[in-house]
Amino acid sequence: METAVQEYTYKDFASDQEVRWCPGCDDYVILRSVQKALPEIGVKKENIVFISGIGCSSRFPYYMNTYGMHGIHGRATAIASGVKLANPKLSVWVITGDGDSMAIGGNHFIHVLRRNLDLNIILFNNEIYGLTKGQFSPTSLVGQKTKSSPYGNTQPPFSAGELALGAQARFFARIGGNTPKEMTDIFIASEKYKGTALVEVLQNCPIFNDGCFAKYTDKAVREDRQLFVEHGKPMIFGKVRDKGLVLKGLRLEVATIGENGIEESDILVHDAKEQDPTLHQMLVRLEYPMVTGIIRSFEDVTFEEREDALTIQVKSNSSFRKTNDLFFSGDTYDIK
Amino acid sequence: MDIQTDTPQEILEAVIIRFVGDSGDGMQLTGTQFSDTSAMFGNDVATFPNYPAEIRAPQGSLYGVSGYQVHIGSVEISTPGDEVDLLVAMNPAGLKTNLHAVKPGHTIIVDTDAFTKKNLEKAQYETNPLEDNSLENYRVIEVAMTSLTKEALKDVQGLDNKAITRSKNMFALGMVYWMYHRSTEHTIEFFQKKFRNKPELIEANTKVLNAGYFFAETLELIPNAYTISPAKMPAGTYRIIMGNTATAWGFLAAAEKSGMELFLGSYPITPASDILHELVKHKHFGVKTLQAEDEIAGITSAIGASFAGDLAITTTSGPGLALKGEALGLAMMIELPLVVVDVQRGGPSTGLPTKTEQSDLLQAMYGRNGESPVIVIAASTPANCFNFAYQAAKLTLEHMTPVILLTDGYIANGSAPWKIQTVDDMPEIKNMKLTEAKEDYMPYERDKDSLARYWAVPGTPGLEHRVGGLEKDKISGNVSYVPENHEYMTRIRAEKVKRVQNYIPTQKVEFAQSGDLLVIGWGGTYGSLHTAVKHLHEEGFKNIGLAHFHYLNPLPANTEEVLSHFKKIVVCELNTGQFVKVLKSHFGKYEFLQYNKIQGLPFSNNELKEKFKQILS
Repeated sequence: METAVQEYTYKDFASDQEVRWCPGCDDYVILRSVQKALPEIGVKKENIVFISGIGCSSRFPYYMNTYGMHGIHGRATAIASGVKLANPKLSVWVITGDGDSMAIGGNHFIHVLRRNLDLNIILFNNEIYGLTKGQFSPTSLVGQKTKSSPYGNTQPPFSAGELALGAQARFFARIGGNTPKEMTDIFIASEKYKGTALVEVLQNCPIFNDGCFAKYTDKAVREDRQLFVEHGKPMIFGKVRDKGLVLKGLRLEVATIGENGIEESDILVHDAKEQDPTLHQMLVRLEYPMVTGIIRSFEDVTFEEREDALTIQVKSNSSFRKTNDLFFSGDTYDIK
Repeated sequence: MDIQTDTPQEILEAVIIRFVGDSGDGMQLTGTQFSDTSAMFGNDVATFPNYPAEIRAPQGSLYGVSGYQVHIGSVEISTPGDEVDLLVAMNPAGLKTNLHAVKPGHTIIVDTDAFTKKNLEKAQYETNPLEDNSLENYRVIEVAMTSLTKEALKDVQGLDNKAITRSKNMFALGMVYWMYHRSTEHTIEFFQKKFRNKPELIEANTKVLNAGYFFAETLELIPNAYTISPAKMPAGTYRIIMGNTATAWGFLAAAEKSGMELFLGSYPITPASDILHELVKHKHFGVKTLQAEDEIAGITSAIGASFAGDLAITTTSGPGLALKGEALGLAMMIELPLVVVDVQRGGPSTGLPTKTEQSDLLQAMYGRNGESPVIVIAASTPANCFNFAYQAAKLTLEHMTPVILLTDGYIANGSAPWKIQTVDDMPEIKNMKLTEAKEDYMPYERDKDSLARYWAVPGTPGLEHRVGGLEKDKISGNVSYVPENHEYMTRIRAEKVKRVQNYIPTQKVEFAQSGDLLVIGWGGTYGSLHTAVKHLHEEGFKNIGLAHFHYLNPLPANTEEVLSHFKKIVVCELNTGQFVKVLKSHFGKYEFLQYNKIQGLPFSNNELKEKFKQILS
């Protein structure tokens, strides 16, 4: 009994398990956005796998009516790599958080990006440890007061995007946790992208770090503080769309269209597909505006393609078909 | 080359030869060539390399000595042996560090060219042992091997000085070939293959090998040649195999038999890396390997591959097993097939990476958080690493719980003849996969006999489900915090492992089936224990039996019965007493004596015999 792809609605991807995140958590938005993206990607649900680590976000697979595994802390990317290598036909999604991916799982995180398997990674970044009730995370800000930093955090944070690009991420997108429509579109794009696609969601934790992204994501300021980039379009933002990015020396600057002789044509056009990540690095580092959307999407050979090509080559050069061919090859001798 | 000699020959049953020199002197190659040639001649052989942890230690230094021991015989050979009949020492440091192993009155061949003032100093000799009578209890054959090698190669074009000196190991090999009546043919064929594109090296090595052979023949210092007749071994086609290769091939065979694809996730670690090196070659069989970023990714990628339906394994040694502990608990909890190979080495911590030990047993049994039982089995010889790797795969697939396969540096790096087994000879392997949608599929529904759960693999329509490390409901597999459910699940996971007893062979006893003393061992010490007990039998101690265990968790069903037939029991292990703790916990009413050694070395025959005699007296 095969399921036809086009019949799906988001409801087909909801499991029978009661969702148990805190009321008001952005995780609900992400769950629904994923469930809305999946009917659009053209993959049968039996071929979809969600793998998570540990943390609030990592309960995610239990709520999806697909194959799934709730793994151990930090290791989701490594587990998912095994799933994908065992069966490259599967659509494999990794659910991870800032602690899961950049603290305990930091090693797997950088190496999965370096290898470039065709995986989708959704990074729920809330700049705090939620499940363990409020300690600082590797993305918490210096000075941030948490359960484990009552006098203020003294460990400077990682920027997920900067770390990912440094680890050779070919696809990096960032999106606010309160913009479900754009988020759904990004998830669809990340699945269509061939290679490791990392999507960082700026996810508000209403209990332990409420409002951590409010200055970029609140409806009232969003258009003025966020730049949603799209490949091939000028990087313009603002309520009246009068601000844009220009390059001055080695820095990106915000210019106002119509002032100081700046015209729309002077604004940089976003090129997500550029191999050289220099400009992408500058975009992920900006704090004003906070850049969202698909910042980098450079098509490259995937790990499984390299492995496949090698296997085909080895197979065609080898006379070994069965283990007996190997066992009886070379120096054997008979005893009578 | 035809062997024609009028020299009177001595017939020997077995002989032990050790080649020693600098780690760059090619001793491993020399030893391997001698053992391969002897095996093809029909001898039983056992070998053991002994090399320093340093890759290229300073030349001539005591800690830079590399050795390779070969035990060949016309009788059954179970170990590489203890004391040697012939030591070939390519330099003073090799002589100094290995002299203690030579049987008094036996032969030492030295390269006199290497006994320079500088080398003697490096070996911390105050006087030259070749001149100070300190070797008067041995028969020393002094050969200027380096100069003779140079002389042999004076007409060969295209060789630099380094290449010339490096081939002196072949001069030594040629001499030993003549002494033990071996043909040089196999080694010359080896040169032809290895140096296919370097004809000058084929010529040079062949010349030096022959020069050594003829030198020995004409040398008056060697009064007679030795003969070792072929051993009586079961008829069949054989090859010499190293334990790690046999392990890798066991998994290849299991994958073929079960019709599954093999996935290895691994991180390099001594002495397990050779399994990775071997499996990565076999992409033609569809083997998938991932050299991961660390030990944890090695096992977790394998867990992912297992979830997706592959026969998944990970390979490591003690420190790596420690790092894999949490993930192994996950595999146990989600009840997926997974084999973890631990090639044990000297511990704790970094310990003695290139030496052998059996000190990971308790880690394998208990080294995880929570109640986390897994199947633990151990191979005992280089050749049966094949069978136990195969068996590990069979058990994990049929019982849906992880298996730890223990080998050790001694059998993993040692080599021995392997009567080639084909996949057709091997037992069937079933698996628990569901291939199509099943009405009311429940992920934790079990086979009523084995208690193995069914395996629904991504890609199968209608069986979508979630697993995870949180405690799960006994049927649906959904997260459950119900107290009674947790107790039930804890007990059923243990019971599932215990029931493996119904599917494994009973424990065999060799030699006496009842009597005064039962010797118990497990894993890589089989050869030493078997040889010692056999010798005692030959000496007239007929009331001693040997029970060597391969199944450690669960134990074979008849274990207690085996114990009950002997007056005394001694458990011999290369640790301070780990298996004995397991036995005591099951069979508290028996008294267990112990013999333990923790020196990074295998048991010696003499120490075992002495201990057993002492217990018997």
